[in-house]
Amino acid sequence: MPTVLGLEGSANKVGAGVVRDGVILSNCRATYVTPPGHGFAPGPTGRHHRARLLGLVAAALRDAGLRPRDIDAVAFTRGPGMGSPLAVVAAAARTLAQVWGLPLLGVNHCVGHIEMGRLLGRAPDPLVLYVSGGNTQVIAFSRRRYRIFGETLDVAVGNCLDRFARLLQISNEPSPGYNIEVLARRGRRLVELPYVVKGLDVSFSGLLSHLQAVTPKLLEAGEATPEDLCFSLQETAFAMLTEVTERALALTRATHLLLVGGVACNRRLQEMLRTMCRARGAELCPIDERYCVDNGAMIAQAGWEMLRAGQVTELAQSGITQRYRTDEVEVTWRD
Amino acid sequence: MDEPGPAGPAMDEPEADAAGPVVAEAETPPPPLPGLQLVQQGAEARVYRGLFLGRPAVAKLRIPKRYRHPALEERLSRRRTAQEARSLLRCRRAGISAPVVYFVDYVTNSIYLEDIVDSITVQDHIYSVQRSGNDSSNLLTLAEKMGELLARMHDEDLIHGDLTTSNILMRPPTEKLDLVLIDFGLSFISGLPEDKGVDLYVLEKAFLSTHPDTEMMFKTLLKTYAATSKKSGPVIKKLDEVRLRGRKRSMIG
Repeated sequence: MPTVLGLEGSANKVGAGVVRDGVILSNCRATYVTPPGHGFAPGPTGRHHRARLLGLVAAALRDAGLRPRDIDAVAFTRGPGMGSPLAVVAAAARTLAQVWGLPLLGVNHCVGHIEMGRLLGRAPDPLVLYVSGGNTQVIAFSRRRYRIFGETLDVAVGNCLDRFARLLQISNEPSPGYNIEVLARRGRRLVELPYVVKGLDVSFSGLLSHLQAVTPKLLEAGEATPEDLCFSLQETAFAMLTEVTERALALTRATHLLLVGGVACNRRLQEMLRTMCRARGAELCPIDERYCVDNGAMIAQAGWEMLRAGQVTELAQSGITQRYRTDEVEVTWRD
Repeated sequence: MDEPGPAGPAMDEPEADAAGPVVAEAETPPPPLPGLQLVQQGAEARVYRGLFLGRPAVAKLRIPKRYRHPALEERLSRRRTAQEARSLLRCRRAGISAPVVYFVDYVTNSIYLEDIVDSITVQDHIYSVQRSGNDSSNLLTLAEKMGELLARMHDEDLIHGDLTTSNILMRPPTEKLDLVLIDFGLSFISGLPEDKGVDLYVLEKAFLSTHPDTEMMFKTLLKTYAATSKKSGPVIKKLDEVRLRGRKRSMIG
């Protein structure tokens, strides 16, 4: 019964969670929230994580009802992500592993999302749509890799949403994406926005710069409300994602779709994907929003799979990496 | 044609249960013209085969997407149908092999094209050569032909937008390597090296994900492309740039 402690901190969330054989025993998290109109910079984010991480580890052990000697391995996010926050979490993970005399497991953040989704979605081999502030990828497993079939050619969909929220000075509490979603529900008018799909890839940078250019004029002239703009952004960006996901489903002939990452919490995106899946006779796996947002338990779960396959990270190899593609990981724990 | 879906006869039931095990949209309409047979149910369109004014024809009906806002759906369907017809004409005017457009119906967003009788997709051809274990050096000649074709298309400032090995057909007999470009729904006109570079990048990714161990084919294709196209220098440079952008994408999780 291996029990794994997982530490995450690749962006503005920092978390610690404990997983034992597919059971999530605890999952504690803190979020670095910046004032409206501001994003999160690496330095301050790293300092925030450093101040919170050990408290979260203690809380995760307490919630799980475990002591350090009950833990069998320490998993942490090696990348991809922001340098400073990653380094803070990795340093804590290395220290804990050495103090407790435990093996270390360096996890690819994206693989963490996928493994958690596979555990909760109860689908052994789904097509994965991974949408967050830093990543937008359509992924399928083949020959021991999570292969990227489609992705964004520039910024991630979550980044596009976050930056639009900054433009409108929307609150970052609890998250900019959630506030856009709430505003979008009251949107009435669909403003025409660039819709860019290339093969199985999408592009959001043109959409964002277009919005940045027209938003002040539209609002001033009273031609559109902030609600209309949030609505139009969601309708356009999510339709692009749903379109490439549908084409990837057709290409891979997958029967299940798994939606993971922070943007997976968006109900409108879920609704569009569900409509698309239903029309194709495919199934959208259930989504547990607690585990879509970055968290420690998902790193623990991916670490648990790695430990089971003997894929342990040596201390000398445990350096962080800001650029770490999903398909770089050899998935030794799946056939 | 589009992504392969299970081919089957058109269904007569006016309404099928949306949650049922139907791989199609909930309601499958009758064929647009009597005598047309549904041959393929792709992600984008239903493809029928039959006669149009006595000629072998393929009818492509865009499937309306319920997940999209109706106004957005209407705009995209119309634009893609129009773009497909325009680009096919542009190809043929430039002497690039593509099906003849017989008729475009903007009310139902459907398009009637020449049927390239007994053709197979490059995708199926590669599969069958690889399966047969025959000498695969022919595949390199095929790759050269593809590179030439795409160079000529890009020299016309035509961007395909969805290049895959299933969107290029081979006329029979396959030994002649007579290629036909299809599926121009995502195409557009642009002279920018950036757009041409991304077009090649899309094909490269499709190539490597659908045909593992064909790196040599794509390399050969690019070499011929570079040699054939008059404006290939900046395009190849952009392609290298776009590939690197791919790395950068995974920066923040």
